[in-house]
Amino acid sequence: MDLINAIILLLNYIFVPALTYGSQLALGAIFVTLIYGILRFANFATGDMMSFGTMAAILFTWYFQSLGVSLGVLPTALIAIPFAIIFMIFYMLLIDKFVFKYYRNQKSPPVQLAMVSIGVMFVTQAVVRIIIGPSDRRFFDGEKFIIKAGEFKEITGLNEGLAIKSTQVLTILVTLILVSTLFWFLNKTKTGKSMKAYSDNEDLALLSGIDPKKIVMITWIIAGILATIGGTLYGLDKSFKPFTYFNNMLPIFAAAIVGGIGNPFGAFLGGYVIAFSEILLTYAYKKFFMYVLPESMEPGGLVQLLSTDYKFAVSFSILVIVLLYRPSGIFKGKVL
Amino acid sequence: MRKNLNVIAAYSIMMGLIILVGIFQSWNIALSIFNLCLISAVMTMGANIQWGYAGLINFGIMGYTALGGLAAVLISVNPVQEAWSAGGSNILFSLFLIIGMVLAVKYVLKKYEKSKIRTYIIATIIILGIIIIRFISEPGIEAIEAVNPSRTGFLGGFGLPIIFSWIVGALFAGGLAFVIGKVALGLRADYLAIATLLISEIVIAIIKHEDWLTRGVKNVTGLKRPAPYEVNLQQTDWFINLVEKFNTSKLNLISGFAERQSALNQFVIEGSSVFVKLCYSALFLVVVIILLILTQKALYSPWGRMMRAIRDNEEAANAMGKNVVKQHLLIFVLGSAIVGIAGAMLVTQDGLFTPGSYRPMRYTFLIWVMVIVGGSGNNFGAILGGFAVWFLWIEAAPIALFVINLTTSGLADTHFLKQHLIESVPYFRFLMMGIGLLLIMRYRPKGILPEKIEIK
Repeated sequence: MDLINAIILLLNYIFVPALTYGSQLALGAIFVTLIYGILRFANFATGDMMSFGTMAAILFTWYFQSLGVSLGVLPTALIAIPFAIIFMIFYMLLIDKFVFKYYRNQKSPPVQLAMVSIGVMFVTQAVVRIIIGPSDRRFFDGEKFIIKAGEFKEITGLNEGLAIKSTQVLTILVTLILVSTLFWFLNKTKTGKSMKAYSDNEDLALLSGIDPKKIVMITWIIAGILATIGGTLYGLDKSFKPFTYFNNMLPIFAAAIVGGIGNPFGAFLGGYVIAFSEILLTYAYKKFFMYVLPESMEPGGLVQLLSTDYKFAVSFSILVIVLLYRPSGIFKGKVL
Repeated sequence: MRKNLNVIAAYSIMMGLIILVGIFQSWNIALSIFNLCLISAVMTMGANIQWGYAGLINFGIMGYTALGGLAAVLISVNPVQEAWSAGGSNILFSLFLIIGMVLAVKYVLKKYEKSKIRTYIIATIIILGIIIIRFISEPGIEAIEAVNPSRTGFLGGFGLPIIFSWIVGALFAGGLAFVIGKVALGLRADYLAIATLLISEIVIAIIKHEDWLTRGVKNVTGLKRPAPYEVNLQQTDWFINLVEKFNTSKLNLISGFAERQSALNQFVIEGSSVFVKLCYSALFLVVVIILLILTQKALYSPWGRMMRAIRDNEEAANAMGKNVVKQHLLIFVLGSAIVGIAGAMLVTQDGLFTPGSYRPMRYTFLIWVMVIVGGSGNNFGAILGGFAVWFLWIEAAPIALFVINLTTSGLADTHFLKQHLIESVPYFRFLMMGIGLLLIMRYRPKGILPEKIEIK
């Protein structure tokens, strides 16, 4: 019995949250990796682009709520997402036309493009804060829990409860659907294959008649979808605050690089690597050991490897180690 | 003279703008802008050495700034005796253990060939070391943080004049840069950018959460000053006389004695804060000028030429027998050390250390905007960038307010759009910075004062 309690404990506090957080990071990491693989620069505006998409979703959610539209148990934001995506894609293409296109045609070095993306970061951040403000916003509605901790205890008769929030299930499901569609698109369709070809060798791809303009446009469209959905899922699960989104850029970068930048599948797994190590290393295992070990061996302290304050530091340390020992990432990067 | 005309013109415009602020807003604001401009200039010089001279990208400026600030705290605060006796020995012992650990790792690295076993040995040393250090330091840290937590709760510093911290800050930042450089400098440019950004976040996390060393988010306030205090100045005779002399014409207009006295008091209060700021300006100006002379000398020296050669073509420079790795490390350390000085200066000026206020937007990306806008590779350009961007950063809100009022003058004051825009005035500075950066990068990619290389 104690063993089952211990497992439920880990599921509740480590596995489910890490899986959710990992999915959110994974979407962002694929976004980074796509931009890096095809447009060939590190996009420092990632976090703010995600917050822009989320802002659009929130605005549409409010609009639908004011009309009285709702999905019952599901959050209204789900109806808002498609509209937000269209808005977001429009914004992305606008930025590309007025900012990035020039440098792409000039064949500027990646560093210069990264600097330009810092300019875009400033602008996007300003636009988001001017439109919706810097404060913390919750826009979740509908049923909050699928299983409540108390109910779970009653049904199973265990000491430990397992609470599963609907946003967690939603995040994981949507991520899986989105990512599998994306991989199908990249691997099976003609456009997807030409994107891979373009990422792999630009000159050869151009020679074989691939239209670069189309590739770039589709990249931004996919990026817009990923950013909006990733950002909105994060906002539904936690809350929307522009500054948090900006900070999320860092673990997202870590995930993309750990997975091998330019490699979407690596980025997808990288998100989970980062999320799990963050949570595993900062969780206090005291209760777990209380269940597993006999009473005489109970630990005195919290049995916490690192204090939760260093959550970010974990992902960065992993990143630094990967960069040092396997600069191309765990799953060889630079092939889309 | 003639060829420097644009430099002189740009600086005159900048000084003119600051003087205008002095005339129209107040001399207090103008001087505080000027002081922060000088600090920004020091930071941009540091970033410019790395990016402009050597093409090294460093997004970790925030971390070095914070380390400089930490130096100011550790140097100037008086030691907390109780905390030292409560947990000092544990901390010192842990420090020795860390040194021992590093030496052991170095020894293993030197003694054994590169192999899997060596990696495992090093990993074991580090993991064991961390566990032992935690066991020893934890009671010490708890004891220290328990000492009068509302006022101290940390070890304190050395109680030296705060000016020394400017040098110590440089040493701290340079030391960190040495470690980072050893580890990360081999990376590609964009990886280096991300790695330095992440490392600076780790530095901030440590400073924020190691309360026994820095008081963390509880902040350290009331640091010593290199300048006199306003309150003391207001009671000194020579200062009152000085203020009286400066304002004789205005004071003569006032007839009654009591009114004259109260007006004089007002002038003295205003004057004292201006005077203190002037003291800081003088100190900062000395630092900026010394650094400017040194960096200019370096730029036109054989060493500067070598750095440019390395920047423009690493392989060729390497083939000519230049040690690229070593030079990169050197310039990384030098640039970061300069940023460390700026960090210490910043805390000196504020008189308080607030780890929570270090954010990458303000301390990393804004500095980069300054370098790019001013002109990378040109020290005068970098300094000008520091001035212009900081000026805009501060004055953005009033400018935005003015523009909003102008464009929405047709709307009623209670109109929701107008109210919303006026509420979000502070964020227009991000917009201005972003658009400014994008415009400069597009139409003047070398900055306002571009790099100019002349062989002397």
